[in-house]
Amino acid sequence: MGLEDLNHNFLTGALEDLVKWGRYRSVWPNTFGLACCAIEMMGTGAANFDLARFGMEVFRASPRQADLMIVAGRVSQKMAPVLRQVYDQMMEPKWVISMGVCASSGGMFNNYAIVQGVDQVVPVDVYAPGCPPGPETLIHAILTLHEKIRTGEITRRRHQTGAGAGIELGDTGRSARVALASTGGRAGDDTPEKQRA
Amino acid sequence: MTPTELSDQSPPQPSAASWVGAAETSEGRQELVEREETDPLELLRERGAVLRLPEGFVVDPGDVDIESPEDETMIINLGPQHPSTHGVLRVMVELDGETVLRTKPVIGYLHTGMEKTGEDLMYVQGGTNVTRMDYLSPFFNECVFSMAVEQLLGIEIPERATWIRMLMLELNRISSHVLFLATNGLDMGATSMMIYGWRERELLLAFFERVTGLRMNHNYVRPGGVAADLPDGWRDDVADIIEVLPGRLDEFDSLFTNQPIWRQRSEGIGVITREQAVALAATGPILRSTGVPWDLRADMPYLAYDQVEFDVITGTVGDVFDRYAVRLNEIRESIRIVHQILERMPNGDYRTQDSKVTPPPRGRIDESMEALIHHFKLFTEGFKVPAGEVYVAIESPRGELGCYLVSDGGAKPYRLHIRGPSFANLQCLPVMMRGGLIADGIAVISSLDPVLGDVDR
Amino acid sequence: MTDAGPTDGEAPAPEPEPEPERHAGALVTRSRGQEVLHPTLDTYLDTITALWDEGFDMCVDVTAADYLERPPRDLPPDIAPERFELVANLLAMDPPRRVRVRLQVPEAAPVVPSIWERYPGVEAYEREVYDMFGIRFEGHPDLTRILMPEDWEGHPLRKDYPIGRVPVQFKAAPPTR
Repeated sequence: MGLEDLNHNFLTGALEDLVKWGRYRSVWPNTFGLACCAIEMMGTGAANFDLARFGMEVFRASPRQADLMIVAGRVSQKMAPVLRQVYDQMMEPKWVISMGVCASSGGMFNNYAIVQGVDQVVPVDVYAPGCPPGPETLIHAILTLHEKIRTGEITRRRHQTGAGAGIELGDTGRSARVALASTGGRAGDDTPEKQRA
Repeated sequence: MTPTELSDQSPPQPSAASWVGAAETSEGRQELVEREETDPLELLRERGAVLRLPEGFVVDPGDVDIESPEDETMIINLGPQHPSTHGVLRVMVELDGETVLRTKPVIGYLHTGMEKTGEDLMYVQGGTNVTRMDYLSPFFNECVFSMAVEQLLGIEIPERATWIRMLMLELNRISSHVLFLATNGLDMGATSMMIYGWRERELLLAFFERVTGLRMNHNYVRPGGVAADLPDGWRDDVADIIEVLPGRLDEFDSLFTNQPIWRQRSEGIGVITREQAVALAATGPILRSTGVPWDLRADMPYLAYDQVEFDVITGTVGDVFDRYAVRLNEIRESIRIVHQILERMPNGDYRTQDSKVTPPPRGRIDESMEALIHHFKLFTEGFKVPAGEVYVAIESPRGELGCYLVSDGGAKPYRLHIRGPSFANLQCLPVMMRGGLIADGIAVISSLDPVLGDVDR
Repeated sequence: MTDAGPTDGEAPAPEPEPEPERHAGALVTRSRGQEVLHPTLDTYLDTITALWDEGFDMCVDVTAADYLERPPRDLPPDIAPERFELVANLLAMDPPRRVRVRLQVPEAAPVVPSIWERYPGVEAYEREVYDMFGIRFEGHPDLTRILMPEDWEGHPLRKDYPIGRVPVQFKAAPPTR
């Protein structure tokens, strides 16, 4: 959780930036590779398209230790409850990148077996298109996410929509205490910016 | 159902061969035969290796009696989300301490309904669907689908198309086996192998991108030939790759084979006998590691494999080490085949000139009305395939990859079924894991090299 | 359906019909050069056993097809077409050869004897056929769904099962999700 009940002044303003810096410089992904996109995700973590330069080479298997869930691949009906359970086990703050078209929208498999977009199940922060997205696309998605964390855009919008994680950054007028949504929550909310976590 | 009830069903024996004695049954005292003397097929048919429980089986922790650990077994769940990078495989394991007794691989977490989708796509689009089944060897899926369609159509493809297909297939076999080495190393602790393996894969994927436009899931091999000709300078690219590879392979060989920890973790682990492998319909490196020299490229040649020379690599024991060694040497054999292809690639068309199947070259569309109409018809309606059914099989890096195609005379398949090799290979898992430790179970799964896209389709 | 006898209206004495080709007790057709056997439900297990004795030690594939839409099929004259067809592919390694077995399965009673006793490797394949088509196998040790969740209703690969396509909006409408 963040810094509670803090009246920001010139000291704590910088502290908030420090916290955000720490958060986006060491996002640890969870191993949620499902299908072909997982191969490209592993390729991104390997030597040619190094993820270690972003502090992300540690793919944590345990969701309790991970910050970011990169849903890489097609999510079938049988897998959707597992996906939700793993997402729920992750600790706040957490983010989701939907990698590939199958995760973003069902992709080329518009049929009975595939969930048409993981945002039916978990709230997504960044969508990366491609079939599979090359490592450059995935890194672009990751850097977009980093930027959003760095500028605090995500936490700001959480305040606006009133849902999502209970990150409390004190009252600067920009962000305020938000209630922790239940797990049934707002996955599937119909705001144009799908920014919540 | 509590674990004690389960253990009443069939008394599992932790160490396979050493327990000999008598059992008190309801029909009196019966002598037990030593495990080794039992017919291997009989052993398979015993419900001793496969755990047959419903998938939602859950034990209430309140029911477990922690005071009597002696003859109780524990059922744990491995997956579907776990760090072993083989996709979403779930294994329900019955353990006695650390020893694995029975297992049940639970699949279906990646079921994509591809066979149903395939009935909805035209034949030229079918490649995009099947290529994502075994996503580590996409060319193979496309090739077997195209070969099935061509057999139904009754057309021959030009020689250059055949040799281009062979080139891409063998390079894909190399990239798939390199990925096996990488993930095998990662699963058994050699993390640096993961990084090395991907370095080699990037060379190959860059070449694939030059030729097909995509790094993975190419839709390059289509019914009638291939989608486009090889680009200029491809010989230099391929020559560079296969010049660098053998030295790197020797590095990987020494990284694994000269490492005592890895040797201990793999030798004698996950043994399967040839009778068991044949009975379970295991093909590919698993069957060859038991000593059966069965390789579809050599025994039932397709494309132009009867015109190139290569050896069929077999193992002896059928353990994890043998499967690794078979795949490593298969890379070397593939390099040998690629050398021969480089020398002997013929000139000619890269796809059949039959205008009912192949779209005309783009330039001709401006000149000829007929070409324009053909192009329009082929891409909106698709070409029609005469009614019939056919089964075609090729040797993919994982085993026999087959395509059973039924056509009703229309532009879309009536029934498309892909025989995925990993689906059958996964049935060897209970037999291989039985009697071993749970840590060895990870090595076994990794040596099977399952690709869940192939299993679940 | 093909006509087995020769048709000639000119000759005075019609030739006797040639004995239809049989292999392992089942009628034979050829499909693009591949040998296909057509046993009946009663003779299915005998055919499989006979093929096993001949040396077909691997059953590489068991699948099915739903012929609800009645496309043209190549069947020998004495075999009545049914809605489902069970297809088993067998492989012999020495000498290398393949054979395919196609069994007609009626819709009213889709029950087939399992060949698991002979070929343990078909366990997963028969489960898949049960899951996707609803054909039951007698003698199978664990006939449960394998690809779909265990409580799924319906058999997806049947022709009357919809593909489940979700309609996609392409206009610039506000997204509903």
